[in-house]
Amino acid sequence: MTLSDPSGTVESVPPAIEADGLVKRFGATTALAGASFSATEGTVLGVLGPNGAGKTTATRVLATLLAPDEGRGLVGGYDVVAEPHRVRTLIGLTGQYAGVDEALTGTENLVLIARLLGQGRAASRRRAAELLAQFGLTDAAGRAARTYSGGMRRRLDLAASLVGRPRILFLDEPTTGLDPASRNELWDMVRTLTDDGVTVLLTTQYLEEADQLADDIVVIDRGTVVATGTPRDLKARAGAAVLQMRPTQPEQLDAVRRVAAELAGTEPTVEQGTVAVPAVDDALMPAVVRRLDDVGVSLAELTLRRATLDEVFLALTGHRAVEDDQDTEILKETA
Amino acid sequence: MTLDRTTTVRPAVTTDPGPRPPSRRVSPGQWASQSLTMAWRSIVQIKHNPSELLDLSIQPIMFVLLFTFVFGGAIGGSTDAYLQFALGGLIAQNALFLTIYTATGLATDLQKGTFDRFRSLPIARSAPLSGRILGDVLRQLWSLVVLLAVGVLLGFRITTSPLAVVAAFGLLVAFTLAFSWTSVLLGVLARDPEKVQIYGFTVLFPLTFASNAFAPTQTMPGWLQAWVSINPVTRMADALRGLLVGGPVAANAVATLLWGVAFAAVFGPLAVWALRTRT
Ligand SMILES: Nc1ncnc2c1ncn2[C@@H]1O[C@H](COP(=O)(O)OP(=O)(O)OP(=O)(O)O)[C@@H](O)[C@H]1O
Ligand SMILES: [Mg+2]
Repeated sequence: MTLSDPSGTVESVPPAIEADGLVKRFGATTALAGASFSATEGTVLGVLGPNGAGKTTATRVLATLLAPDEGRGLVGGYDVVAEPHRVRTLIGLTGQYAGVDEALTGTENLVLIARLLGQGRAASRRRAAELLAQFGLTDAAGRAARTYSGGMRRRLDLAASLVGRPRILFLDEPTTGLDPASRNELWDMVRTLTDDGVTVLLTTQYLEEADQLADDIVVIDRGTVVATGTPRDLKARAGAAVLQMRPTQPEQLDAVRRVAAELAGTEPTVEQGTVAVPAVDDALMPAVVRRLDDVGVSLAELTLRRATLDEVFLALTGHRAVEDDQDTEILKETA
Repeated sequence: MTLDRTTTVRPAVTTDPGPRPPSRRVSPGQWASQSLTMAWRSIVQIKHNPSELLDLSIQPIMFVLLFTFVFGGAIGGSTDAYLQFALGGLIAQNALFLTIYTATGLATDLQKGTFDRFRSLPIARSAPLSGRILGDVLRQLWSLVVLLAVGVLLGFRITTSPLAVVAAFGLLVAFTLAFSWTSVLLGVLARDPEKVQIYGFTVLFPLTFASNAFAPTQTMPGWLQAWVSINPVTRMADALRGLLVGGPVAANAVATLLWGVAFAAVFGPLAVWALRTRT
């Protein structure tokens, strides 16, 4: 990425996080199959992918916990394999599974980290109190973490990753298990951090989360990057908008699907009596309406809306990000 | 809308060299301070879970009482004579049992993700381990004091010098530290505190009982004597007896330490390998 400065020269700013062809195998499983992506300083990179896509593995490699079999990871300009200690001075990590010591109180957990980072006794206590207040845990500060609810534990874990004021933060599915209110608080937290120039790599299975928080999104599937871009780019790629049609008579669903497939050139999704297809150009809607009229299908509903990332994911990977309930099905070609 | 956020512009490198690059590794002083902090954590854990101190006390006390009063008369002729013989063995056995704490603690940290958190910090790679082991030495000290105190209450007489008692503790710590590598390996491989307990005691019970800790070697069948006489628990029990109530020390202490070296030489690298590849 290059930025122009006022004098007119172009200065190249190295990315805060850079993964270059990362490969990691566990026996017969290939968790990462050559994943490459990067995050610009002060931005949020959303790593989006379904279960087993390799999100945690990528995070662990970049956080120096796991050596890649091939490829290179650079964090803050330092190689994660050659200079892990330097990388660790820059990063904070909130793993997928809370890393707090359940036998210790909230305060003790944070003081432990601060002391390990070389802060004095009083400074450690101050920092702990500050973070506990920031995460709404002051009342629970003196209780053992094992008595915390899942959400409280997650927040304590996040606080622990911030003790050293990291410039680069790894958050592996940070909102899994949080209620909507806590999730929104965490989102605000992340926004505050990036406003201060912190770079955040955030993995998630929730398309909405990536859409809300990320400046850039990397979609990974089976260990490889299947798409990169801003949320807007990705939506544009699967059709900026989605045309949604519901026939008056449910038995005409298949006819609608066939017409939509033919005119849009891609296979539509059929869900709860509605056919949805990426609207690649403006002419699609009138064309579909005319054709359906010709074949005698009447529509109860016809809408043009922005694509959700869920649809983007489907378009990019050929399968859904999150397996839905049974009544959701992707109809296969029947003709 | 997140798309509109402006990119942070960094000052030109020529005008502001920025902070010095972070150091490549930790200094010995930092390592020591980090290990002490980790040991502090062990102590705080005990503080929050005082029942662990009871665990650390009740089991050895029970063993002393049961062995002295149930088997003492039969094995040693009188409970008094037996206690003079058996306390060294009880101390040795208990010390080995305590090494299980290293494995359960490590397995818990691995299972809960606490270990990952530590490994993501700019601290010495060995600090979580050395801190834990330091905490375990304190457990050893506590148990030794409890066992000696109960023994003395029941009539055990230390017939040597305070210096010899200190030497006994030194030997105990030296051997258990070396033996702890087996526990580290177990903790990493099992990754589950409950499995650690099962595997650990499956090995430790036969190892400690097939020794002369509780009964003299001569009373056992020949095939067992062959093993019992070289068993590290036997050698350590004999060395402790020598240091507490008198008798030969040097040969037994050397044999105990050699066993320690052997355990460390075999299980140390294995444990380090496991820590590197399995975590
Ligand atoms: N330590 C390991 N040993 C063996 N296989 C592993 C290990 N860690 C990950 N894998 C495998 O690698 C693949 C990627 O796993 P990873 O945990 O990175 O996925 P993920 O995207 O984080 O998934 P989730 O959303 O479920 O957390 C999976 O098939 C997983 O089973
Ligand atoms: Mg994961």
